[in-house]
This record gives sequence, structure tokens and C-alpha cells, in this order.
Amino acid sequence: MSSATGYYIPHAARWPIVGSIGLFIFFYGFATWLNQGPFGREMFILGAGVLIFMMFGWFGLVARESESGTYNGQVDSSFRLAMMWFIFSEVMFFAAFFGALFYARTFSGPWIGGLGGGGADMTNAILYQGHDYVWPSNGPGDVGGKFEQMGWFGLPLINTLLLLSSGVTCTFAHHAIRAGHRQPFILWLLATVSLGFLFVGLQAVEYIHAYDAMNLKLTSGIYGSTFFMLTGFHGFHVTMGAIILLVVMLRATRKHFSAENHFAFEAAAWYWHFVDVVWLGLFIFVYLI
Amino acid sequence: MSSTDVTHHAPEEHGHDHDHGEHGPAKGLMRWVTTTNHKDIGTLYLWFSLIMFFIGGAMALIIRAELFQPGIQIVDPMFFNSMTTMHAIVMIFGVVMPAFVGLANWMIPMMIGAPDMALPRLNNWSFWIMPFAFTIMLSTLFMDSGGPAGGWTLYPPLVLQMGDSFAFVIFAIHFLGISSVMGSINIVATIFNMRPPGMTFMKMPMFVWTWLITAYLLIATIPVFAGAVTMLLTDRFFGTSFFSAAGGGDPVMFQHIFWFFGHPEVYILILPAFGIVSSIIPTFARKPLFGYDSMVYATASIAFLSFIVWAHHMFTTGMPLAGELFFMFSTMMISVPTGVKVFNWVATMWRGSMSFETPMLFAIGFVIMFTIGGLSGLMLAITPADIQYHDTYFVVAHFHYVLVPGAIYSLMAATYYWLPKWTGNMYDEKLGKLHFWISTVFVNVLFFPMHFVGLAGMPRRIPDYSLQFADWNMIATIGAFGFGFSQLMFVYIIVKCIRGGEKATAEVWEGARGLEWTVDSPAPYHTFETAPTIQPATITR
Repeated sequence: MSSATGYYIPHAARWPIVGSIGLFIFFYGFATWLNQGPFGREMFILGAGVLIFMMFGWFGLVARESESGTYNGQVDSSFRLAMMWFIFSEVMFFAAFFGALFYARTFSGPWIGGLGGGGADMTNAILYQGHDYVWPSNGPGDVGGKFEQMGWFGLPLINTLLLLSSGVTCTFAHHAIRAGHRQPFILWLLATVSLGFLFVGLQAVEYIHAYDAMNLKLTSGIYGSTFFMLTGFHGFHVTMGAIILLVVMLRATRKHFSAENHFAFEAAAWYWHFVDVVWLGLFIFVYLI
Repeated sequence: MSSTDVTHHAPEEHGHDHDHGEHGPAKGLMRWVTTTNHKDIGTLYLWFSLIMFFIGGAMALIIRAELFQPGIQIVDPMFFNSMTTMHAIVMIFGVVMPAFVGLANWMIPMMIGAPDMALPRLNNWSFWIMPFAFTIMLSTLFMDSGGPAGGWTLYPPLVLQMGDSFAFVIFAIHFLGISSVMGSINIVATIFNMRPPGMTFMKMPMFVWTWLITAYLLIATIPVFAGAVTMLLTDRFFGTSFFSAAGGGDPVMFQHIFWFFGHPEVYILILPAFGIVSSIIPTFARKPLFGYDSMVYATASIAFLSFIVWAHHMFTTGMPLAGELFFMFSTMMISVPTGVKVFNWVATMWRGSMSFETPMLFAIGFVIMFTIGGLSGLMLAITPADIQYHDTYFVVAHFHYVLVPGAIYSLMAATYYWLPKWTGNMYDEKLGKLHFWISTVFVNVLFFPMHFVGLAGMPRRIPDYSLQFADWNMIATIGAFGFGFSQLMFVYIIVKCIRGGEKATAEVWEGARGLEWTVDSPAPYHTFETAPTIQPATITR
């Protein structure tokens, strides 16, 4: 940046168009694949590859610009605002699925079971006489067959503790970089990333157990749908967050970041705490009650 | 628009860093593909939405042609259904939203005295998603199974019976959603972060305020829509039971989630229009906007209320009585802040030194005809009455009054208002006025009869109808073709203005206030590269 009072405007960018082409191939391929059309899976993989290429290129460019001192305080504020509002949009994405869970458990489930009165029991009277509503439910059609409910004790509790501790190690990393201590910063990040991947691994163990031993599947009615979609999207976000933190860690080993300039880490940390909070919501509403 | 590169600030020689960006636009096609300039990107958005306006309009004309006479005349019913569906999707996501984003790109930085948007590369991506996403969306029309035909609201279980186009439509919506969320984040970051010192929130023009609130609505609701269509996708392909009662889900649940997005969405389509009209009326009444503060609070109230009214779209789908009452009263409450706005616009004109250039004509047309649509909305808000009106042409009349002589008129008003600033030339005033009057006559011929056939019971989204609706449908179709073809005038006037015309001054309009009128016409490629000084006495709105 030229001066303290001036504005920074980045030069022409080629990565966005690469990203658009990547997304186009990705989505077109995915849709074709779902329809069992020709080359669907190939396009899907190619599109994902282009997207990953775009991220390497674009994020790499931004990282180099940041390290060469191109940005100023105003750019930093823009990044911060953008990250905050991005996380808010993610919150709203999860809100849709939590909303589905609440709606099914509070309204539509009991109504199908003949509760509610005032006409709300009509569906039960006409279509599903004799169906009693109990959560967990796979509906009057017993979709997916008899299954067991996922308890909260055991793996989910361990996972909660893992994720909460990873929030703590993440904060330790933050303190370290603010004090300018690179080595502890990297080690605390390593701990955070490891806890994150451990979480994802245990989540996979839980899924396998659900499928093999509990007959609890994505297709197990509304319970299976909400359980796997909520925990699945959360697990995906944990994976993303862990990869972001891993990239931050690798950058730190290459002498990126300083006590003053480390927003990439802070953004990753915000994201990490966001997935943490979503997990607490999941633990309470999906596992506990 | 080649005219934008004619003049720009004499390049001060920085002579140092490669990253400060070019001072003038690059040459050739790649300029538009790689640009990070808010004016270029605004121009791209505006051209894109103008092209889509004619694609969506052609679909509307197919619908109206089929409805010219009772009986199945021209298209087969399946294609008719995909026309109603695609017309809505194109007009909402391809015309009104990108046009408002284009105006935001062009005007917000100039209005607040910023050099560009806060995140210029992201801005480029937000635009360059649009053509690709609409390629996917429109390509479904050429598939063997036909395009989406279950209505733009995508209600299950009907939508799950769609053919191959289903997955493409879902992913196109995801794709467009990425663009909307990124664009909105950019606008929020720009308004929060790029204001020069002294430009306080209450010094911002109403257009900036309305867009700030619109962007918030978009960030809050587009992800919910993404979640809803994801559930549709998994219900269809991965065996989930979100919207299947047999599995313990509920098709009505989709409607709740959809309209939690959908209702704020309709305010997304109108709040920036409020901002545009609030900029134009004071200019041509030569008076400051009446009740600026109340306008800001009214906009915020509308945004808040938009989150608690969604189920008024579903009065007939079944919900507890308490729900029906709640959503009826909350919906009626919206008329209070909206009434404040209409009152303020009228009070701004009261005893003003009025003149009636084309932007003002469209703005006044907006106030009157949007109010007609607002009042029929109030009728629809009454639950017992809505049970009668639901899914009739009365509803079609209602939302077309708020969207065509509402949102679309505001876009035309904005185009005429700022075209001299964009091109440096005045448009042909005589033709502009003619465009307004022809459009206004035909738009009423088109939509007003829909009230009558709707109240008489004609259902929407059906290619055939009973004989007693024939006369009014014929009249509506005549209005539709008149309105549609008169929009070619709009294109002609724009092109003519770009190619030349009387030179515009920096101020353009005698009563114009605000920072965008302090820069040259056409606006230089880079404006406000150093922050302007905003004193408490500086007029910025």
C-alpha cells in the first residue's frame, strides 16, 4: 500500500473466473451423476479439482500479499467483517436443519401421532390411525426399519470434550502468537488440528457403529435424516476448519504471521469456535434430549 | 460501455507498486472478465439483468399468449408449467436481484465516498457466477424431461416428481446462493468499513441504508433456502424423510422453511427500490427527503417484521388457529412502516418545486402502483379472506403490482436517473417520457384485470380456464404484449444515450444532492481515491 491515508484496490483477478468454471463443472457433473448421466462423476471430480486449484491459487495470492505488507488496516477490517458475516450465514444454514428438527419434534410428529386437536389430528385419523408418536421416530411407515437411538454417553460425550479442549488449545495458540512465540503457536495449533481430526475420526467410528450395529441410517425416517444431516454437515465443517487450521500451521512453519499480523489464524479460530458452538447445540438437541 | 473509459482522473504517478491497480480500464474482453472495478462490475450486472429481463419477459409472453383464449392453444400444459416456474426464477434471481446488486456496485461507493467495494475480487466472483449459474438453470429447458414445472416455490412432493432437471435446478440455486451471499457480505463490509471519516450512518443516502438492510436479509435467509433445497435433494436421491409423512417428516415443513427465506426475499426485492425512490423524489421535488430518520427506522422495522410473517403464504395449508391469527396480525403490522414510507414520499412532494422528468415519472408511478399492490396485500393478509383468494389470479395481480410497477419501475427510474452519470450523456427525455406513459398504460391493462378474474375464482398456474374469464384474459394478454414490446424502447433509449447525446453536467439534475453528483459525468474510472472530507454540514443525502 502506498500511503496510510490511501485505499488499497487489488489488481485484476483471474481466480474468480477459474472458480466459476470449477463450480460450474462441479455442479453440472454432480447433477449429471445423480441422474446417472454420462461422465457425471468425472465432471464432478474435475470440477472439485479445479476448485481446489482455485483455492490454492487465490488463497496463496492473498497470503503472499499479506506477508509482503500489501494490505493496510482498512483491508484488515474488511476481511474481519467479511468473515463475521460469512460465519453468520453459516449459522443460518444450520438453523434450517435445526428448524427442521424442532418442527418435526414439536409439531408435525405429534400431529401425525394424533395429538394437537383442532384439526391437527386429521392426518392421523385419515391416514395413520393407530400410529403413536414417540421420539425417536421413523414415522408411521417405519421407514428404514427398527433402529436404535444414538445415546449421548460414550463417544458423543468424548467428542464433546475433545472439541471443547480443542477450543482451549486454539486459545492458547492465540496467546502464543500474540506474544510473538512461534514455536508454542505451532505446537498448540498442532494440538488443535489433531483434536479436530480425532473428533472427525471418532465421528466416523460412531457412524459405522450406527450403520452396522444399530440399523440407524440416513434412511431411518425423520430421526435418521435429521441426525445424519446435522451431524454430517457439522462433521464436514469440522473437517474444513481443521484443514484451514492446518494450513495456518504450515504457514506458521514458513515464518508467516507476526504478533500483530495474524488475521488468517484469527479467522480460522472464529470458525473453529463456531463449529464448537454448533456442536454444543447438536449435543443438547440431537443427542441429549 | 466504452464511454466510461473516455475520461478519468489524470493519473498521479505513484511509480511504485504493481498492486495499486491500473488507473484506466484494461483493453479487450479480459477487462470485463478479470475486472475488480466496482463500476465495471456494476455495468456487467446491469447488462446481465437487462438481457435476463427479456428472456423472462419472453416466457411471460408465452404464458399470456396461451391464456389469450380458453382452451389449450399454443403450448402443452407441461411446458406452460415450466414457463410459469422459470419466468419467476428468472425474474427474481436473474433480473431484480442482480439489477439491484448492479446499482449497489455502481452507486454505493460513490454515494459514501469510497474508492471501490471493500472486497473487489470477491465482487468479481459474485458477478461471474451469475452467467454460469443461469446456464445450468436455463439448460434444464432443453432436457428431455423439460424444465422445472412445479412452481418456483418448489413444493414437495410435487417437485420431487420432476424429471432430470430437478438436480440441476437445485444446484443452480446453490450456485446463485453463493453469489448472493458473497455479494451481500461485500456490500455490508463496504458500508461498514469504507465510509470516509465524518460519513456517519445517519448521513448515508437512503439507497445505502436500504441496501445495508437488504444485504443483512440476504445473508440471513439465502443459507436457509440452501438448506431447504438440500433437504429436497437428499429426500429425492439419498432416502431422507424430511418432507415425507410416512417417515415422520412433513411436506408442510418445507413450506415453513421455504417461506422463512421467501418472505424476507420479497423484501429483498423491494427495499432497494424504496431506497431508489427515496433518492429520486427529493431531487425532483427540490426538497430534502421528508422524515429521513423515520425512513431508516421504517426500513429496519420492515426487515424485522419480514422474519415473523412467513406463514401468511400458507394459510390454506393447515396450521393451528393461533398460528393463523399470529401471522395475520404480524402481516398487517407491516402496513405501518410501509405506510410511513408512502406518507414520507408524498410529504416530500408536498409543496415542492416539482418537475416531471422521466425518473420522477417512474418514481411517482412506483408510489401509486406499489401502493395498489400493498393494499391488495393487506386484503390477502386477512386469513379468512385469503382462504378465498389463495392461489387465484388475485394473488398474481397483487405480487405483480408490487414487482412490476414496483420493483421494475424503480429499476427503470434508477436507470434514467443515473444514466447521465454513468455515460456522461443525457438520455432522450421525450422518448423516456413516452416509454413511461406507454408502459404505465399497458402495465395496468395487463395486471388490473387479474384482480377481477382472481376474485371471480380463476386459479393461477393453469393453462386453461373457464369461459367467463375469457374477456379479461384477452385484455390482459393485449396489455402484456404492449408492455413487453414497449420495453424495446427502453433498450433503444439506453443504447442511444451510451452512443451520444447532450453532455451531462456533474450535477445532472438541478435538485440533486449527494456525493455521486460531485464527481464528473461520466464518473471517472476511479473515484474518491483519497477520502473526501465530510463535515457535519456537508450534504450527502
